[in-house]
Amino acid sequence: MTAKHGDLLVKGVTYAALIALSAFMLFPFVWMLVSSFKPFPEIFSGRSFLPLEPTLANYTALFERYDALRKFWNSFYIATTATALSVFLCALGGYAFAKFHFPGRNAMFAILLASMTIPFAVLLVPLFVMMRNTFGWIDTPWPLIIPGAANAFGIFFMRQYMLSVSDDMLDAARIDGASEFGIFVRVVLPTALPGLASLAIIFFMASWNNFLWPLAVLRSEHMHTVPIMLNSLQGPPGRTAFDLLMAGSVLSVLPMLLVFFFLQRYLIAGITAGSVKG
Amino acid sequence: MPATLGVAGTWRRGPLGTIWRHRWPLLFVSPFFILFAVFALYPIFFSLYLSFHEWRGVGAMRPVGFANYTRLFGDRIFWGSMLNAVILFFIYVPLMTFLAVVIATVLHGSFLRLQGLWRAIVFMPHLTSMVAAGFTFRLILDTHSGFANQALAALGASPVPWLDDMWWARISVGLLMIWAWLGYNTIIMLAGLQTIPIEVNEAASVDGANRVQVFFRITVPLLKPVILFAVTLSIIGTFQLFTEPYILTGGGPIRATETPVMQIFSSTFANLRFGYAAAMSYVYFVTIIVLAIVQFKLVTRGDRR
Repeated sequence: MTAKHGDLLVKGVTYAALIALSAFMLFPFVWMLVSSFKPFPEIFSGRSFLPLEPTLANYTALFERYDALRKFWNSFYIATTATALSVFLCALGGYAFAKFHFPGRNAMFAILLASMTIPFAVLLVPLFVMMRNTFGWIDTPWPLIIPGAANAFGIFFMRQYMLSVSDDMLDAARIDGASEFGIFVRVVLPTALPGLASLAIIFFMASWNNFLWPLAVLRSEHMHTVPIMLNSLQGPPGRTAFDLLMAGSVLSVLPMLLVFFFLQRYLIAGITAGSVKG
Repeated sequence: MPATLGVAGTWRRGPLGTIWRHRWPLLFVSPFFILFAVFALYPIFFSLYLSFHEWRGVGAMRPVGFANYTRLFGDRIFWGSMLNAVILFFIYVPLMTFLAVVIATVLHGSFLRLQGLWRAIVFMPHLTSMVAAGFTFRLILDTHSGFANQALAALGASPVPWLDDMWWARISVGLLMIWAWLGYNTIIMLAGLQTIPIEVNEAASVDGANRVQVFFRITVPLLKPVILFAVTLSIIGTFQLFTEPYILTGGGPIRATETPVMQIFSSTFANLRFGYAAAMSYVYFVTIIVLAIVQFKLVTRGDRR
Protein backbone atom coordinates (compact mmCIF):
# COMPACT_ATOMS: atom_id res chain seq x y z
CA MET A 1 0.00 0.00 0.00
CA THR A 2 2.64 2.54 1.06
CA ALA A 3 4.79 1.69 -1.95
CA LYS A 4 1.76 2.35 -4.17
CA HIS A 5 1.22 5.73 -2.49
CA GLY A 6 4.90 6.56 -2.88
CA ASP A 7 4.71 5.77 -6.58
CA LEU A 8 1.68 7.99 -7.00
CA LEU A 9 3.48 10.83 -5.23
CA VAL A 10 6.54 10.43 -7.45
CA LYS A 11 4.34 10.43 -10.53
CA GLY A 12 2.46 13.49 -9.37
CA VAL A 13 5.63 15.45 -8.63
CA THR A 14 7.17 14.36 -11.93
CA TYR A 15 4.20 15.49 -13.97
CA ALA A 16 3.97 18.78 -12.07
CA ALA A 17 7.67 19.42 -12.73
CA LEU A 18 7.28 18.55 -16.41
CA ILE A 19 4.33 20.92 -16.74
CA ALA A 20 6.29 23.73 -15.07
CA LEU A 21 9.23 23.07 -17.37
CA SER A 22 7.00 23.02 -20.44
CA ALA A 23 5.49 26.35 -19.38
CA PHE A 24 8.98 27.87 -19.23
CA MET A 25 9.82 26.41 -22.64
CA LEU A 26 6.59 27.42 -24.34
CA PHE A 27 5.99 30.82 -22.74
CA PRO A 28 8.35 32.83 -25.00
CA PHE A 29 6.57 31.37 -28.06
CA VAL A 30 3.18 32.30 -26.61
CA TRP A 31 4.37 35.80 -25.72
CA MET A 32 5.86 36.26 -29.19
CA LEU A 33 2.55 35.22 -30.75
CA VAL A 34 0.18 37.31 -28.58
CA SER A 35 2.45 40.37 -28.79
CA SER A 36 2.55 40.12 -32.58
CA PHE A 37 -1.20 40.88 -32.65
CA LYS A 38 -0.97 43.84 -30.28
CA PRO A 39 -0.64 47.49 -31.33
CA PHE A 40 2.66 49.03 -30.20
CA PRO A 41 1.43 50.85 -27.04
CA GLU A 42 -0.43 47.77 -25.84
CA ILE A 43 2.75 45.65 -25.89
CA PHE A 44 4.15 47.81 -23.10
CA SER A 45 0.94 48.68 -21.24
CA GLY A 46 0.79 45.29 -19.53
CA ARG A 47 -2.98 45.59 -19.20
CA SER A 48 -3.87 42.28 -20.76
CA PHE A 49 -2.28 38.98 -21.63
CA LEU A 50 -4.28 38.54 -24.82
CA PRO A 51 -4.47 41.42 -27.27
CA LEU A 52 -7.34 43.80 -26.37
CA GLU A 53 -7.51 45.12 -29.92
CA PRO A 54 -6.10 42.28 -32.03
CA THR A 55 -4.61 43.54 -35.25
CA LEU A 56 -2.75 42.21 -38.25
CA ALA A 57 -1.19 45.61 -38.85
CA ASN A 58 2.21 44.45 -37.56
CA TYR A 59 2.33 41.74 -40.18
CA THR A 60 1.15 43.91 -43.05
CA ALA A 61 3.56 46.71 -42.08
CA LEU A 62 6.42 44.24 -42.09
CA PHE A 63 5.66 43.30 -45.69
CA GLU A 64 4.72 46.75 -46.94
CA ARG A 65 7.36 48.87 -45.25
CA TYR A 66 10.24 46.43 -44.86
CA ASP A 67 9.78 44.21 -47.91
CA ALA A 68 9.73 41.11 -45.70
CA LEU A 69 8.88 38.86 -48.62
CA ARG A 70 12.19 39.68 -50.23
CA LYS A 71 14.04 38.86 -46.99
CA PHE A 72 12.22 35.57 -46.58
CA TRP A 73 13.10 34.71 -50.15
CA ASN A 74 16.76 35.60 -49.49
CA SER A 75 16.81 33.37 -46.40
CA PHE A 76 15.06 30.55 -48.21
CA TYR A 77 17.22 30.78 -51.32
CA ILE A 78 20.48 30.83 -49.35
CA ALA A 79 19.43 28.04 -46.98
CA THR A 80 18.23 25.77 -49.80
CA THR A 81 21.27 26.25 -52.02
CA ALA A 82 23.75 25.95 -49.16
CA THR A 83 22.00 22.83 -47.85
CA ALA A 84 21.79 21.04 -51.20
CA LEU A 85 25.42 21.71 -52.05
CA SER A 86 26.80 20.82 -48.63
CA VAL A 87 24.77 17.66 -48.22
CA PHE A 88 26.00 16.44 -51.60
CA LEU A 89 29.66 17.24 -50.95
CA CYS A 90 29.56 15.86 -47.40
CA ALA A 91 28.00 12.62 -48.60
CA LEU A 92 30.68 12.33 -51.28
CA GLY A 93 33.51 12.90 -48.80
CA GLY A 94 31.96 10.73 -46.12
CA TYR A 95 31.53 7.90 -48.61
CA ALA A 96 35.19 8.06 -49.64
CA PHE A 97 36.39 8.01 -46.01
CA ALA A 98 34.06 5.14 -45.12
CA LYS A 99 34.39 2.83 -48.09
CA PHE A 100 37.78 3.35 -49.74
CA HIS A 101 41.36 2.67 -48.73
CA PHE A 102 43.64 5.28 -50.17
CA PRO A 103 47.10 6.59 -49.27
CA GLY A 104 46.97 9.34 -46.68
CA ARG A 105 43.43 8.52 -45.62
CA ASN A 106 44.13 8.50 -41.90
CA ALA A 107 46.15 11.70 -42.01
CA MET A 108 43.44 13.39 -44.05
CA PHE A 109 40.78 12.25 -41.62
CA ALA A 110 42.84 13.61 -38.72
CA ILE A 111 43.09 17.00 -40.48
CA LEU A 112 39.33 16.91 -41.01
CA LEU A 113 38.65 16.26 -37.32
CA ALA A 114 41.18 18.88 -36.23
CA SER A 115 39.57 21.48 -38.49
CA MET A 116 36.38 21.20 -36.43
CA THR A 117 38.13 22.83 -33.48
CA ILE A 118 38.66 26.14 -35.31
CA PRO A 119 36.07 28.59 -33.96
CA PHE A 120 34.42 30.67 -36.65
CA ALA A 121 35.29 33.93 -34.90
CA VAL A 122 38.96 33.25 -35.63
CA LEU A 123 38.20 33.33 -39.36
CA LEU A 124 35.82 36.28 -39.20
CA VAL A 125 38.34 39.06 -39.88
CA PRO A 126 40.52 37.43 -42.58
CA LEU A 127 37.54 35.78 -44.28
CA PHE A 128 35.71 39.09 -44.42
CA VAL A 129 38.75 40.78 -45.96
CA MET A 130 38.99 37.95 -48.51
CA MET A 131 35.32 38.17 -49.40
CA ARG A 132 35.54 41.90 -49.92
CA ASN A 133 38.99 42.44 -51.44
CA THR A 134 39.72 39.18 -53.29
CA PHE A 135 36.36 37.75 -54.30
CA GLY A 136 34.13 40.82 -54.28
CA TRP A 137 31.41 38.76 -52.63
CA ILE A 138 30.02 41.33 -50.18
CA ASP A 139 26.26 41.63 -50.65
CA THR A 140 26.09 38.33 -52.53
CA PRO A 141 24.86 34.97 -51.21
CA TRP A 142 28.21 33.28 -51.98
CA PRO A 143 29.96 33.84 -48.64
CA LEU A 144 27.05 32.02 -47.01
CA ILE A 145 27.11 29.12 -49.49
CA ILE A 146 30.65 28.35 -50.64
CA PRO A 147 33.09 28.47 -47.68
CA GLY A 148 31.05 26.04 -45.56
CA ALA A 149 29.97 23.83 -48.44
CA ALA A 150 32.05 20.76 -47.57
CA ASN A 151 32.17 21.10 -43.82
CA ALA A 152 34.00 18.71 -41.53
CA PHE A 153 31.09 17.89 -39.26
CA GLY A 154 28.95 16.86 -42.22
CA ILE A 155 31.65 14.63 -43.69
CA PHE A 156 32.29 13.03 -40.29
CA PHE A 157 28.56 12.48 -39.86
CA MET A 158 28.14 10.92 -43.30
CA ARG A 159 31.22 8.74 -42.81
CA GLN A 160 29.70 7.21 -39.67
CA TYR A 161 26.51 6.69 -41.61
CA MET A 162 28.15 5.20 -44.70
CA LEU A 163 30.17 2.65 -42.71
CA SER A 164 27.05 0.50 -42.63
CA VAL A 165 26.59 0.52 -46.42
CA SER A 166 27.14 -3.06 -47.64
CA ASP A 167 30.40 -3.68 -49.50
CA ASP A 168 28.84 -6.59 -51.40
CA MET A 169 26.30 -4.25 -52.91
CA LEU A 170 29.07 -1.88 -54.06
CA ASP A 171 31.11 -4.76 -55.51
CA ALA A 172 28.07 -6.11 -57.34
CA ALA A 173 27.58 -2.70 -58.96
CA ARG A 174 31.28 -2.59 -59.91
CA ILE A 175 31.03 -6.01 -61.56
CA ASP A 176 28.05 -4.72 -63.51
CA GLY A 177 30.41 -2.10 -64.91
CA ALA A 178 29.04 0.97 -63.15
CA SER A 179 31.42 3.93 -62.79
CA GLU A 180 32.46 4.96 -59.28
CA PHE A 181 30.52 8.20 -59.51
CA GLY A 182 27.54 6.29 -60.92
CA ILE A 183 27.69 3.90 -57.96
CA PHE A 184 27.70 6.85 -55.57
CA VAL A 185 24.67 8.48 -57.19
CA ARG A 186 22.60 5.39 -57.94
CA VAL A 187 23.54 2.97 -55.15
CA VAL A 188 25.01 4.86 -52.20
CA LEU A 189 22.83 7.98 -52.10
CA PRO A 190 19.50 6.11 -52.12
CA THR A 191 20.55 3.83 -49.26
CA ALA A 192 21.81 6.82 -47.25
CA LEU A 193 18.60 8.85 -47.59
CA PRO A 194 17.75 8.98 -43.85
CA GLY A 195 21.26 10.22 -43.08
CA LEU A 196 21.02 12.81 -45.85
CA ALA A 197 17.70 13.98 -44.41
CA SER A 198 19.22 14.40 -40.93
CA LEU A 199 22.11 16.40 -42.29
CA ALA A 200 19.87 18.48 -44.56
CA ILE A 201 17.65 19.52 -41.64
CA ILE A 202 20.65 20.48 -39.49
CA PHE A 203 22.21 22.51 -42.32
CA PHE A 204 18.97 24.19 -43.28
CA MET A 205 18.26 25.16 -39.70
CA ALA A 206 21.79 26.49 -39.18
CA SER A 207 21.60 28.56 -42.35
CA TRP A 208 18.08 29.87 -41.69
CA ASN A 209 19.02 31.05 -38.18
CA ASN A 210 22.58 32.16 -38.98
CA PHE A 211 23.34 35.66 -37.75
CA LEU A 212 26.99 36.63 -37.21
CA TRP A 213 28.38 35.94 -40.69
CA PRO A 214 25.39 37.32 -42.65
CA LEU A 215 25.56 40.41 -40.43
CA ALA A 216 29.15 40.87 -41.57
CA VAL A 217 28.72 40.26 -45.30
CA LEU A 218 25.14 41.29 -46.20
CA ARG A 219 25.36 45.04 -46.11
CA SER A 220 22.57 46.34 -48.38
CA GLU A 221 19.02 46.10 -47.16
CA HIS A 222 17.70 44.24 -50.20
CA MET A 223 20.18 41.42 -49.56
CA HIS A 224 19.26 40.96 -45.89
CA THR A 225 18.09 37.63 -44.53
CA VAL A 226 15.31 37.35 -41.95
CA PRO A 227 17.48 37.50 -38.79
CA ILE A 228 19.31 40.55 -40.19
CA MET A 229 15.96 42.21 -40.97
CA LEU A 230 14.82 41.59 -37.39
CA ASN A 231 18.06 43.08 -36.06
CA SER A 232 17.58 46.16 -38.23
CA LEU A 233 14.19 46.86 -36.62
CA GLN A 234 16.14 47.77 -33.53
CA GLY A 235 16.28 51.45 -32.67
CA PRO A 236 17.63 53.65 -29.90
CA PRO A 237 16.23 52.86 -26.41
CA GLY A 238 12.44 53.02 -26.46
CA ARG A 239 12.32 53.18 -30.24
CA THR A 240 12.79 49.51 -31.08
CA ALA A 241 9.85 48.34 -33.19
CA PHE A 242 8.88 45.46 -30.92
CA ASP A 243 5.45 45.19 -32.59
CA LEU A 244 6.94 44.42 -36.01
CA LEU A 245 9.74 42.46 -34.38
CA MET A 246 7.34 40.02 -32.77
CA ALA A 247 5.43 39.54 -36.03
CA GLY A 248 8.70 38.90 -37.84
CA SER A 249 9.87 36.54 -35.12
CA VAL A 250 6.70 34.47 -35.37
CA LEU A 251 7.16 34.19 -39.13
CA SER A 252 10.83 33.26 -38.78
CA VAL A 253 10.13 30.52 -36.24
CA LEU A 254 7.15 29.02 -38.03
CA PRO A 255 8.96 27.20 -40.88
CA MET A 256 11.42 25.63 -38.42
CA LEU A 257 8.59 24.38 -36.22
CA LEU A 258 6.87 22.85 -39.25
CA VAL A 259 10.10 21.13 -40.30
CA PHE A 260 10.49 19.88 -36.74
CA PHE A 261 7.01 18.43 -36.40
CA PHE A 262 7.20 16.55 -39.67
CA LEU A 263 10.84 15.48 -39.60
CA GLN A 264 11.59 15.32 -35.87
CA ARG A 265 12.98 11.79 -36.10
CA TYR A 266 15.70 12.76 -38.59
CA LEU A 267 16.71 15.85 -36.69
CA ILE A 268 17.13 13.98 -33.43
CA ALA A 269 19.06 11.20 -35.19
CA GLY A 270 21.39 13.86 -36.58
CA ILE A 271 22.02 15.50 -33.23
CA THR A 272 22.70 12.31 -31.33
CA ALA A 273 25.08 10.89 -33.95
CA GLY A 274 28.58 10.93 -32.57
CA SER A 275 27.56 11.91 -29.05
CA VAL A 276 27.48 8.36 -27.76
CA LYS A 277 30.46 6.88 -29.57
CA GLY A 278 32.41 10.13 -29.61
CA MET B 1 54.81 -9.44 -70.70
CA PRO B 2 56.76 -6.42 -69.39
CA ALA B 3 57.93 -5.38 -72.85
CA THR B 4 54.43 -4.57 -74.04
CA LEU B 5 53.87 -2.21 -71.10
CA GLY B 6 56.46 0.04 -72.65
CA VAL B 7 57.19 3.61 -71.67
CA ALA B 8 53.53 4.52 -71.27
CA GLY B 9 53.17 2.07 -68.40
CA THR B 10 56.13 3.15 -66.25
CA TRP B 11 54.48 6.24 -64.73
CA ARG B 12 51.80 3.99 -63.34
CA ARG B 13 54.34 2.56 -60.91
CA GLY B 14 55.37 6.00 -59.58
CA PRO B 15 53.52 8.33 -57.21
CA LEU B 16 51.37 9.63 -60.05
CA GLY B 17 50.27 6.07 -60.67
CA THR B 18 49.28 5.71 -57.01
CA ILE B 19 47.18 8.84 -57.26
CA TRP B 20 45.66 7.61 -60.52
CA ARG B 21 44.69 4.26 -59.01
CA HIS B 22 43.01 6.04 -56.11
CA ARG B 23 41.62 8.86 -58.20
CA TRP B 24 37.98 8.34 -57.22
CA PRO B 25 38.22 8.57 -53.43
CA LEU B 26 40.78 11.38 -53.76
CA LEU B 27 38.42 13.24 -56.04
CA PHE B 28 35.55 12.66 -53.60
CA VAL B 29 37.40 14.14 -50.63
CA SER B 30 39.01 16.95 -52.62
CA PRO B 31 36.17 19.51 -52.24
CA PHE B 32 36.72 19.58 -48.49
CA PHE B 33 40.48 20.02 -48.78
CA ILE B 34 40.24 22.68 -51.48
CA LEU B 35 37.66 24.70 -49.52
CA PHE B 36 39.58 24.13 -46.27
CA ALA B 37 42.79 25.41 -47.83
CA VAL B 38 41.17 28.46 -49.41
CA PHE B 39 38.65 29.44 -46.70
CA ALA B 40 40.33 28.28 -43.48
CA LEU B 41 44.04 27.60 -43.81
CA TYR B 42 44.88 30.61 -45.94
CA PRO B 43 42.79 33.04 -43.84
CA ILE B 44 44.45 31.78 -40.65
CA PHE B 45 47.89 32.58 -42.03
CA PHE B 46 46.70 35.84 -43.53
CA SER B 47 45.28 36.72 -40.13
CA LEU B 48 48.68 36.12 -38.52
CA TYR B 49 50.26 38.48 -41.05
CA LEU B 50 47.48 40.99 -40.45
CA SER B 51 47.99 40.86 -36.69
CA PHE B 52 51.44 42.42 -37.08
CA HIS B 53 50.03 45.37 -39.01
CA GLU B 54 47.83 48.33 -38.50
CA TRP B 55 45.14 48.47 -41.14
CA ARG B 56 41.75 50.13 -41.39
CA GLY B 57 40.51 47.82 -44.13
CA VAL B 58 41.53 50.05 -47.03
CA GLY B 59 44.80 51.47 -48.23
CA ALA B 60 48.27 50.31 -47.25
CA MET B 61 49.01 48.15 -44.22
CA ARG B 62 51.48 49.61 -41.77
CA PRO B 63 53.76 47.03 -40.09
CA VAL B 64 53.80 47.57 -36.34
CA GLY B 65 55.66 44.52 -35.02
CA PHE B 66 54.23 43.21 -31.79
CA ALA B 67 52.42 46.45 -30.94
CA ASN B 68 48.96 44.91 -31.38
CA TYR B 69 49.84 42.06 -29.05
CA THR B 70 51.44 44.19 -26.36
CA ARG B 71 48.46 46.53 -26.40
CA LEU B 72 46.11 43.53 -26.30
CA PHE B 73 47.69 42.12 -23.15
CA GLY B 74 46.83 45.32 -21.36
CA ASP B 75 43.35 45.58 -22.90
CA ARG B 76 41.02 45.33 -19.91
CA ILE B 77 37.93 45.34 -22.11
CA PHE B 78 39.12 42.28 -24.04
CA TRP B 79 40.17 40.32 -20.95
CA GLY B 80 36.94 41.42 -19.30
CA SER B 81 35.03 39.80 -22.17
CA MET B 82 37.06 36.58 -21.75
CA LEU B 83 36.23 36.63 -18.04
CA ASN B 84 32.57 37.23 -18.91
CA ALA B 85 32.59 34.04 -20.98
CA VAL B 86 33.98 32.10 -18.01
CA ILE B 87 31.39 33.64 -15.65
CA LEU B 88 28.55 32.90 -18.06
CA PHE B 89 29.78 29.33 -18.37
CA PHE B 90 29.51 28.82 -14.61
CA ILE B 91 26.14 30.56 -14.45
CA TYR B 92 24.34 28.29 -16.90
CA VAL B 93 26.33 25.17 -17.84
CA PRO B 94 26.34 23.27 -14.49
CA LEU B 95 22.62 23.90 -13.93
CA MET B 96 21.71 23.14 -17.54
CA THR B 97 23.77 19.93 -17.65
CA PHE B 98 22.31 18.71 -14.36
CA LEU B 99 18.76 19.47 -15.52
CA ALA B 100 19.42 17.74 -18.84
CA VAL B 101 20.51 14.54 -17.08
CA VAL B 102 17.51 14.65 -14.73
CA ILE B 103 15.01 15.33 -17.51
CA ALA B 104 16.52 12.66 -19.72
CA THR B 105 16.32 10.15 -16.86
CA VAL B 106 12.66 11.04 -16.28
CA LEU B 107 11.83 10.86 -20.00
CA HIS B 108 13.66 7.56 -20.20
CA GLY B 109 11.57 6.13 -17.35
CA SER B 110 8.97 3.62 -18.36
CA PHE B 111 5.96 4.97 -16.46
CA LEU B 112 5.77 8.30 -18.23
CA ARG B 113 2.99 9.04 -20.70
CA LEU B 114 3.28 11.39 -23.70
CA GLN B 115 7.03 10.96 -23.77
CA GLY B 116 7.31 12.30 -27.32
CA LEU B 117 5.33 15.41 -26.46
CA TRP B 118 7.51 16.38 -23.47
CA ARG B 119 10.65 15.76 -25.51
CA ALA B 120 9.35 17.90 -28.36
CA ILE B 121 8.41 20.77 -26.02
CA VAL B 122 11.82 20.79 -24.33
CA PHE B 123 13.54 20.67 -27.71
CA MET B 124 11.46 23.32 -29.53
CA PRO B 125 13.45 26.40 -28.41
CA HIS B 126 16.55 24.97 -30.06
CA LEU B 127 14.93 25.52 -33.47
CA THR B 128 14.33 29.17 -32.82
CA SER B 129 16.39 31.93 -34.32
CA MET B 130 18.33 33.42 -31.42
CA VAL B 131 17.58 36.86 -32.83
CA ALA B 132 13.84 36.21 -32.47
CA ALA B 133 14.30 34.59 -29.06
CA GLY B 134 16.63 37.34 -27.85
CA PHE B 135 14.12 40.08 -28.67
CA THR B 136 11.29 38.11 -27.09
CA PHE B 137 13.29 37.66 -23.88
CA ARG B 138 14.14 41.35 -23.94
CA LEU B 139 10.44 42.13 -24.04
CA ILE B 140 9.58 39.67 -21.26
CA LEU B 141 12.46 40.76 -19.02
CA ASP B 142 12.04 44.52 -19.47
CA THR B 143 12.37 46.02 -15.99
CA HIS B 144 9.47 48.46 -16.28
CA SER B 145 6.93 46.82 -18.55
CA GLY B 146 8.07 43.22 -18.97
CA PHE B 147 5.83 40.29 -18.18
CA ALA B 148 8.33 38.76 -15.73
CA ASN B 149 8.24 41.73 -13.36
CA GLN B 150 4.46 42.10 -13.71
CA ALA B 151 4.05 38.47 -12.71
CA LEU B 152 6.41 39.03 -9.76
CA ALA B 153 4.44 42.11 -8.75
CA ALA B 154 1.20 40.10 -8.87
CA LEU B 155 2.83 37.66 -6.46
CA GLY B 156 3.82 40.55 -4.22
CA ALA B 157 7.54 40.38 -5.04
CA SER B 158 9.62 43.43 -5.87
CA PRO B 159 10.76 43.97 -9.45
CA VAL B 160 14.05 42.46 -10.61
CA PRO B 161 16.44 44.59 -12.74
CA TRP B 162 16.80 41.70 -15.21
CA LEU B 163 18.71 43.59 -17.88
CA ASP B 164 19.79 46.68 -15.93
CA ASP B 165 22.15 45.15 -13.38
CA MET B 166 25.50 43.52 -14.12
CA TRP B 167 24.81 40.21 -12.41
CA TRP B 168 21.14 40.02 -13.29
CA ALA B 169 22.00 40.66 -16.94
CA ARG B 170 24.42 37.74 -16.84
CA ILE B 171 21.75 35.59 -15.24
CA SER B 172 19.30 36.69 -17.94
CA VAL B 173 21.72 35.64 -20.68
CA GLY B 174 22.15 32.36 -18.80
CA LEU B 175 18.37 31.93 -18.70
CA LEU B 176 18.16 32.42 -22.45
CA MET B 177 20.99 29.93 -22.95
CA ILE B 178 19.29 27.33 -20.76
CA TRP B 179 16.04 27.89 -22.61
CA ALA B 180 17.75 27.46 -25.97
CA TRP B 181 20.12 24.58 -25.18
CA LEU B 182 18.47 22.46 -22.50
CA GLY B 183 16.56 20.40 -25.06
CA TYR B 184 19.65 19.80 -27.16
CA ASN B 185 21.56 18.54 -24.11
CA THR B 186 18.61 16.44 -22.99
CA ILE B 187 18.54 14.70 -26.37
CA ILE B 188 22.25 13.90 -26.08
CA MET B 189 21.77 12.50 -22.55
CA LEU B 190 18.77 10.46 -23.73
CA ALA B 191 20.91 8.90 -26.45
CA GLY B 192 23.49 8.09 -23.79
CA LEU B 193 20.88 6.53 -21.51
CA GLN B 194 19.69 4.29 -24.30
CA THR B 195 23.11 2.62 -24.32
CA ILE B 196 22.87 1.69 -20.61
CA PRO B 197 21.31 -1.77 -20.29
CA ILE B 198 18.00 -1.70 -18.40
CA GLU B 199 19.15 -4.64 -16.27
CA VAL B 200 21.69 -2.39 -14.50
CA ASN B 201 18.95 -0.15 -13.09
CA GLU B 202 16.66 -3.06 -12.38
CA ALA B 203 19.37 -4.92 -10.47
CA ALA B 204 19.96 -1.84 -8.33
CA SER B 205 16.23 -1.45 -7.63
CA VAL B 206 16.00 -5.08 -6.57
CA ASP B 207 18.89 -4.47 -4.21
CA GLY B 208 16.71 -1.88 -2.50
CA ALA B 209 18.20 1.34 -3.87
CA ASN B 210 15.69 4.17 -4.26
CA ARG B 211 15.35 6.34 -7.35
CA VAL B 212 17.64 9.09 -6.11
CA GLN B 213 20.34 6.57 -5.17
CA VAL B 214 20.07 4.88 -8.56
CA PHE B 215 20.36 8.26 -10.24
CA PHE B 216 23.50 9.43 -8.43
CA ARG B 217 25.27 6.11 -7.95
CA ILE B 218 24.48 4.40 -11.24
CA THR B 219 23.00 6.65 -13.93
CA VAL B 220 25.40 9.58 -13.53
CA PRO B 221 28.64 7.50 -13.38
CA LEU B 222 27.59 5.40 -16.38
CA LEU B 223 26.67 8.53 -18.28
CA LYS B 224 29.99 10.24 -17.50
CA PRO B 225 31.46 10.09 -21.03
CA VAL B 226 28.31 11.57 -22.51
CA ILE B 227 28.16 14.29 -19.85
CA LEU B 228 31.79 15.18 -20.60
CA PHE B 229 31.01 15.34 -24.31
CA ALA B 230 28.12 17.70 -23.62
CA VAL B 231 30.18 19.89 -21.27
CA THR B 232 32.98 20.13 -23.86
CA LEU B 233 30.43 21.32 -26.42
CA SER B 234 29.18 23.86 -23.87
CA ILE B 235 32.70 25.22 -23.26
CA ILE B 236 33.19 25.73 -26.99
CA GLY B 237 29.68 27.15 -27.33
CA THR B 238 30.10 29.63 -24.49
CA PHE B 239 33.32 31.01 -25.92
CA GLN B 240 31.59 31.42 -29.29
CA LEU B 241 28.62 33.28 -27.81
CA PHE B 242 27.58 36.24 -29.91
CA THR B 243 23.95 36.47 -30.99
CA GLU B 244 22.28 35.93 -27.61
CA PRO B 245 24.02 38.72 -25.65
CA TYR B 246 24.24 40.94 -28.77
CA ILE B 247 20.45 40.98 -29.03
CA LEU B 248 19.37 40.56 -25.38
CA THR B 249 21.72 42.96 -23.59
CA GLY B 250 23.91 44.49 -26.28
CA GLY B 251 26.82 43.45 -24.08
CA GLY B 252 25.74 45.71 -21.21
CA PRO B 253 25.25 46.97 -18.67
CA ILE B 254 28.82 48.25 -18.24
CA ARG B 255 30.07 45.50 -20.62
CA ALA B 256 29.05 42.83 -18.10
CA THR B 257 27.75 40.50 -20.81
CA GLU B 258 30.15 41.41 -23.59
CA THR B 259 31.77 38.28 -25.04
CA PRO B 260 35.11 37.83 -26.88
CA VAL B 261 33.37 37.36 -30.23
CA MET B 262 31.47 40.62 -29.71
CA GLN B 263 34.84 42.29 -29.06
CA ILE B 264 36.33 40.85 -32.26
CA PHE B 265 33.23 41.91 -34.18
CA SER B 266 33.19 45.49 -32.93
CA SER B 267 36.96 45.94 -33.33
CA THR B 268 36.54 44.92 -36.96
CA PHE B 269 33.29 46.49 -38.05
CA ALA B 270 32.79 49.40 -35.67
CA ASN B 271 36.35 50.51 -34.98
CA LEU B 272 37.88 49.27 -38.26
CA ARG B 273 40.99 48.04 -36.44
CA PHE B 274 41.56 44.96 -38.58
CA GLY B 275 45.11 44.23 -37.39
CA TYR B 276 44.11 44.55 -33.76
CA ALA B 277 41.05 42.35 -34.30
CA ALA B 278 43.27 39.73 -35.97
CA ALA B 279 45.62 39.72 -32.99
CA MET B 280 42.60 39.41 -30.72
CA SER B 281 41.34 36.41 -32.72
CA TYR B 282 44.71 34.74 -32.28
CA VAL B 283 44.91 35.23 -28.54
CA TYR B 284 41.28 34.09 -28.25
CA PHE B 285 41.99 30.96 -30.33
CA VAL B 286 45.11 30.01 -28.34
CA THR B 287 43.22 30.50 -25.06
CA ILE B 288 40.44 28.16 -26.19
CA ILE B 289 42.95 25.53 -27.34
CA VAL B 290 44.75 25.73 -23.98
CA LEU B 291 41.44 25.40 -22.12
CA ALA B 292 40.45 22.43 -24.28
CA ILE B 293 43.79 20.70 -23.62
CA VAL B 294 43.56 21.36 -19.86
CA GLN B 295 40.02 19.98 -19.79
CA PHE B 296 41.10 16.96 -21.84
CA LYS B 297 44.06 16.27 -19.52
CA LEU B 298 41.82 16.50 -16.47
CA VAL B 299 39.35 14.11 -18.02
CA THR B 300 41.86 11.51 -19.20
CA ARG B 301 43.65 11.60 -15.84
CA GLY B 302 40.30 10.78 -14.24
CA ASP B 303 39.81 7.88 -16.62
CA ARG B 304 43.16 6.24 -15.91
CA ARG B 305 42.48 6.15 -12.18
